[in-house]
Amino acid sequence: MTAYLLKRIIIAALTLVLASIVVFAVMEILPGDPARLMLGLNASADQVEVLRNQMGLNAPLVLRYLHWAGGLLSLDFGRSYTYSVPVIDLVRERIVVSLPLALIALALSTIIAIPIGVFSASRQGRAGDTLVMGAAQLGVAVPNFWFALMLIYLFAVWLRLVPAGGFPGWSAGIWTALKSLLLPAVALALPQAAILGRVARSALIEVLNEDYIRTARAKGLPYRAVLWRHALRNAMIPVLTILGLQFAFLLAGTIIIENVFYLPGLGRLIFQAITQRDLIVVEGIVMLLVAAVILINLLVDFSYAIVDPRLRAIPGKVRSGFPSGIAPKQILRAVQRFRETRNRSRGRQ
Amino acid sequence: MNLLEIENLSLSIGDTPILKGVELTIAPGEVVGLVGESGSGKSMTALTIMRLLPHLARAEGRVAFDGIDILGASEDQMCALRGDDIGMVFQEPMTALNPVKTIGEQVAEGIRWHTKASRAEAEERARKILDRVGLPEAKFPLSRYPHELSGGQRQRVVIAIACALKPKLLIADEPTTALDVVLQAQILDLLRDLVSENRMGLLLISHDLAVVTEMADRLIILRNGEVMEAGDTARTLSEQQHPYTRELALASTHVPARPKPHLAGSAKPLLEVEGVGRDYPGRRKSLFRPAQPIRAVDDVSLTIEPAQSVALVGRSGCGKSTLARMILALDKPTAGTIRFRGEPITGKPESTLKPARRDMQVVFQDPYGSFDPRQKVEKLVAEPLHLLEKPPAKAERREMVAHALQEVGLSQRDMDKYPHEFSGGQRQRLSIARAIITRPKLVVADEPVSALDVSIRAQILDLFAELNQKLGIAYLFITHDLTVARAMADEVLVMHEGKIVERGRAAEVLDHPRSEAAQALVAAAPDLHRAIARKMQEQG
Repeated sequence: MTAYLLKRIIIAALTLVLASIVVFAVMEILPGDPARLMLGLNASADQVEVLRNQMGLNAPLVLRYLHWAGGLLSLDFGRSYTYSVPVIDLVRERIVVSLPLALIALALSTIIAIPIGVFSASRQGRAGDTLVMGAAQLGVAVPNFWFALMLIYLFAVWLRLVPAGGFPGWSAGIWTALKSLLLPAVALALPQAAILGRVARSALIEVLNEDYIRTARAKGLPYRAVLWRHALRNAMIPVLTILGLQFAFLLAGTIIIENVFYLPGLGRLIFQAITQRDLIVVEGIVMLLVAAVILINLLVDFSYAIVDPRLRAIPGKVRSGFPSGIAPKQILRAVQRFRETRNRSRGRQ
Repeated sequence: MNLLEIENLSLSIGDTPILKGVELTIAPGEVVGLVGESGSGKSMTALTIMRLLPHLARAEGRVAFDGIDILGASEDQMCALRGDDIGMVFQEPMTALNPVKTIGEQVAEGIRWHTKASRAEAEERARKILDRVGLPEAKFPLSRYPHELSGGQRQRVVIAIACALKPKLLIADEPTTALDVVLQAQILDLLRDLVSENRMGLLLISHDLAVVTEMADRLIILRNGEVMEAGDTARTLSEQQHPYTRELALASTHVPARPKPHLAGSAKPLLEVEGVGRDYPGRRKSLFRPAQPIRAVDDVSLTIEPAQSVALVGRSGCGKSTLARMILALDKPTAGTIRFRGEPITGKPESTLKPARRDMQVVFQDPYGSFDPRQKVEKLVAEPLHLLEKPPAKAERREMVAHALQEVGLSQRDMDKYPHEFSGGQRQRLSIARAIITRPKLVVADEPVSALDVSIRAQILDLFAELNQKLGIAYLFITHDLTVARAMADEVLVMHEGKIVERGRAAEVLDHPRSEAAQALVAAAPDLHRAIARKMQEQG
């Protein structure tokens, strides 16, 4: 077990380093001189040069990367070119909106998806299954901002249950703050839940055909007990995999959703930073998002080991981190299915 | 009174009839053998008794267990019966247990469900039954997971689950088919003991006539969903009144004719294996000490001459498949050399192995798993042709495939079909066609007939013998089935824990085994003639 976890942690750390190099390199290639941007169009070449020296933009590439990456380690993301405040301060203000939003959305999509998957799988091919999966297909195909608009219309404009947008801040009281995050979270969660529900259904159907399900039935357990006790946990591995993959899409989704709901979150910050060529802010936030995705997937890797005891005891022959033949096939299939569903939905949009 | 009475049972799935007028009774303490080839309806009969039939299955007739009308019972009644009064053991122990639950949980679960016992009580009972089936707690604590056990041990757990509540009837569907002969004998002994201890009725389902003969008081022979013959085991098999019974018995002991026997030492060896070993990295016990390697194959030497047929026999896990992989240059030995037609093949780059690969082909056990279902037969059988010096043009390729198909007894019209359109036996013919299309000198066959029914098996063995006679192909049969070795091999090598412990002429090794490992194999191997003779004595 420890060997497995250690390996996952090392891989996650290496991924992070690699990601930082890529992010830095991309930002270097992009056109636009931050110093000129800060000083405006009327600045002379000398003034720009002085500022460039001050900002350390003339130092060699490798040094600048090391400086930047070293700063990241101590949560020093540099200073915003446009706001002239440390990036970390901007992030700190915004993350208290975006992180709860993403987590609530993630939790919501799981809570919606698993029962849907179980319901459909246990009624495979019957009317209930067809209906639910039809609805899920719709959920996959419809973009989340459209959901957002419909939700605003229904719950904010018509029923007046929650605010249509904006964020009062956590100081206004937890309930008030949560209320304004509710609609965006639902809008984010619905398409994800639709995908996850489909994955859960097909994973369950596959598991329900396994021999050990028959063994459990032969013990005298009723179908329902077999489904919850034996099938669900085995179907969790592909579901967890997709959950980890989806988190990245959730974060990307917040950029649109935060704009629809006027939420002062990271998504809006990065959107503004891109339009203003505030590259250092973009770099910082992108790195943060990358780290979040890597962290979540590390947690997913850990949870594999909790769900599947075969991963806990790793004999020497396990090379990929999975016992030969079992997990990877399942996961690959799940990922493939996930991509197919996604691509189909993209095609429609 | 009979424990189980099945009268005039008919079953259909959709519009396909599966069973037609099946009659079967089992008394307490009685062992009834249900014999038949795949598709004969054996398993469906068992699943009808458990009422675990697939969707769309419709059963008619009467099935009465202990006075309860099974076909008319409610689902709740059935749940109460299953696992309590009727237990069931399945064929494939590797997949019959839930991989994410401990064996303790899985055994105790049924006990708790039926008796409403507390967790501690149920675990205590689970401990007892696991001990009874030969998994004492000291060595196999309840906290073990299925993947930590071998196939034979897992099958014991499945039996423990089925017998935990002392059922009146145990249904065992091919309980030993996936196990090697030594494990098979152990599991059969266990089942026999459980029957006599609890006066349990046992319905033993198998395609292996010898196994059933050894175990059963009465036999029921099923074909295409109909009972062909039923009666006392000894009488049924000694008289063999029904032609199908005779056919089955003959096929089970079939030895293909090979008019030109192989003369040892007549030519220079085709394959030479010298001191070959293979280590696998072992499990690391500590972060700071290197892991002890596991020696799968240990200092093995053997030679195969042209047209010679050699059987490599041994229990599962003895290293025979690893050795075969190294001979096929699919795995690299950690020690020793392998020479094919005088040329060393060990440690050579892939590009120079082409001639060796062309002259050395393989037939696998599972004719289902070794074909890409989306490719046509023509492409599948032609696959090895890229190994030829000059790959043939399209027309020539079709010609060669047609010829190979004819050689294995298929028609050239089969070329444009897909693998799923063939039966298991035909698929094995396809894989043999694929193996011989490059005119190899050696074919390595890994358990080539163990997934096949007896009559099909006899045909495939005939085909192997014919190709050996006609084309002079040498064989290396990898098998745990001694009847294959007896039927096909000139020479037998017995492998045990990575080493070859005995070798010699086939008849000699199999009739007078000297090493302990060989003796254990021979003693455990079911033999139809021996079993019939024993039953004759018992049943008078």
